[in-house]
Amino acid sequence: MYRYDEYDQRIVDERVVQFRDQVRRRLSGELTEEEFMPLRLQNGLYMQIHGYMLRIAVPYGLVSSKQMRMFAHIARQYDRGYGHFTTRQNIQFNWLKLEETPNILADLASVQMHAIQTSGNCVRNITSDEFVGVAPDEVVDPRPFAEILRQWSTFHPEFAYLPRKFKIAISGAQEDRAAIYAHDIGLAAVRNEQGEIGFRVLVGGGLGRTPVIGTEICAFLPWQHVLTYVESILRIYNQYGRRDNKFKARIKILVKALGIDEFKRQVEADWTDLKDGSGTLTAEEVERVAGCFTDPAYETLSNHDSTISAYKADSRPFTHWVMRNVRPHRVPGYVSVVLSLKKPGCTPGDATAEQMDAIADLADRYSFGELRVTHKQNLVLADVRQKDLIQLWQEATALELASPNIGLLTDIISCPGAEFCTLANARSIPLAKSIAQRFEDIDFQHDVGEISINISGCMNACGQHHIGNIGITGVEKKAHDEWYQVSIGGAEGNLSSIGKIIGPSFTFNQVPEVIDRLLQVYLQERIEAESFIETVRRVGHEPFKKHVFATELTVEEEPVADKHAVVPAKYEVPFYSPRF
Amino acid sequence: MIIKNKEIIADDWMVLRLGEHDVAESVTVVPGKVIVPLQVWLKQRDALQQRAEIGVWLASDERPETLRDDIQKFTVIAVDFPRFSDGRGYSIAFNLRARLGYTGELRAIGDVLRDQLFYMQRVGFDAFAPRSDRNIEDALKGLSDFSEVYQNSCEPKLPLFRRVQRKGNTAQQV
Ligand code: SF4
Repeated sequence: MYRYDEYDQRIVDERVVQFRDQVRRRLSGELTEEEFMPLRLQNGLYMQIHGYMLRIAVPYGLVSSKQMRMFAHIARQYDRGYGHFTTRQNIQFNWLKLEETPNILADLASVQMHAIQTSGNCVRNITSDEFVGVAPDEVVDPRPFAEILRQWSTFHPEFAYLPRKFKIAISGAQEDRAAIYAHDIGLAAVRNEQGEIGFRVLVGGGLGRTPVIGTEICAFLPWQHVLTYVESILRIYNQYGRRDNKFKARIKILVKALGIDEFKRQVEADWTDLKDGSGTLTAEEVERVAGCFTDPAYETLSNHDSTISAYKADSRPFTHWVMRNVRPHRVPGYVSVVLSLKKPGCTPGDATAEQMDAIADLADRYSFGELRVTHKQNLVLADVRQKDLIQLWQEATALELASPNIGLLTDIISCPGAEFCTLANARSIPLAKSIAQRFEDIDFQHDVGEISINISGCMNACGQHHIGNIGITGVEKKAHDEWYQVSIGGAEGNLSSIGKIIGPSFTFNQVPEVIDRLLQVYLQERIEAESFIETVRRVGHEPFKKHVFATELTVEEEPVADKHAVVPAKYEVPFYSPRF
Repeated sequence: MIIKNKEIIADDWMVLRLGEHDVAESVTVVPGKVIVPLQVWLKQRDALQQRAEIGVWLASDERPETLRDDIQKFTVIAVDFPRFSDGRGYSIAFNLRARLGYTGELRAIGDVLRDQLFYMQRVGFDAFAPRSDRNIEDALKGLSDFSEVYQNSCEPKLPLFRRVQRKGNTAQQV
């Protein structure tokens, strides 16, 4: 992991002092809420339906056991005993008091963490592949560059008041696990024919109201130029991105309006001056940072462990878990293990303080004290010895972290929805729970295989419904009712695509039934080991649509009195979203 | 009063803003030290450039390159922030300094508040007219929120990794 030096620490400490003073000025009335808002947002602090929510940056998803214990402490000390891991690899706490937030930031700074730029119209936390450094298909380890970009974007003076938020994702493997096509800038670290490292640069991807798959702006950018090139993209966006309409303010709209060729021309005209200038990255700096990401003390082991196979033969649950939650590692004898935060019946991505402490212990004992947060809201122990799998599985099971469902039906991504978010048209979490319960049968899940279900409570797409194989979006037909649109065919990764809506929207209780029908079509149509998305691609949407609407969906509907009713509304919130 | 070079000083420049019925060609520019809108400069250039001292200000949607040939004629160039959330002025300032080589006073005007000042000075502003309803002593503090920064801009010109030896990366692993 990256370790702060005195400079990193000083900047974060000074931020705590600055924010403490901003909070003081807000509480004394010196700052109006309107003026305070952008300041608190640049520090990840939102006003939600029931109080303040703080989003803490987990840079490119890497977290140490000590930091995880600090999350547990924050959950206990300042919140209601739990935290929520997000699709951008961060963690957020939902029930905080404004006056306590400076102390939380001070606690975080003591473990080299912060909440800088986790919201607001600025460059957000850089996200990456949860298997960086350990995946067998990795071409370039992108972590040093992710950290260098984190530092570069932290308090960048020119880009703190962009037209809209700005998200950068970076990956370095053959398979894209960082959704780089769905980001404002996507960086794929690659090697050219001479073996030199560089980046394939994508621009203008993003979900939200207008989902767009990013376009290539540069096929190979030598690594030395990554900061200056990103700077030029941001400068063009800062000057020409739309500021008159929040829904048209993302860079994707500018890229579409200008066309990629003209956009590229402008970026490169700006970049001509910067290229080879002082912002050019040095080998020395890359080496310094890369020095923090060297291999842990791996033992020399082999990939064959007969105890595992013997145990597998006896234990179906263990077999299922190994199949879904254990991933190959580039070092013999090691694997990566995904701890599922998607136990059916629980809120996707939530972890209690007790779980966090226990997870930290697991990391210390099994994985060199480190963890990763995945963009599917699970956690990863990246460096586990194969021979520890049985014991780890037993312990994770006791902690309810071993649902063998990674990448399956119940590994649902869901935004907070109407219970927390004022923009929501519909509830998300209860729907996620209801779907998970319906398809809880693990044999059925394994039979269906790889599939992604994503739920967003409104078109802002915090649940990334566009890239779910099955995407669900809350819509309102008239005030205060609750409907769901269902789309199929979305995907992330190398074959990213945006899903298409299958027809008129459904009620809450109809949705699980609709999913059931979609699955029936898939199970009937699939050829051999084809996954759901592959079948959709091959046979098209028609058979699915036809079957879903073939007969009436008769489902008992209990009317919901108030979809926002889980918690009393205390604040008038103009705009909130966990991913804004 | 304005903040200039990190001090609070008296200021005798007047910022001319066009009223609803004013027209750039014909609006009267009073004698003395006046900072005129870009449009007024362009329309009344011949007369205005005779003056010993003249300033111009840019709106956030105007291009600094418009001043390319005149850049050294101004004692002051100001950039207007219509709302603090409008960040275009930061790139305008950067371009004026880094691309157009402007070396005179660069002043932030409009919705200028304490918490933006640190960023503003880094992209090249050296003078600030904080919003008149705010305490200027308090605003001054905004310039020293941080004692170290990572990236290059106008100030400093070198990124941290070129300015210091960051070898001391031996802090304890957390
Ligand atoms: S704004 Fe985001 S979090 Fe809120 S309902 Fe819409 S998609 Fe969900």
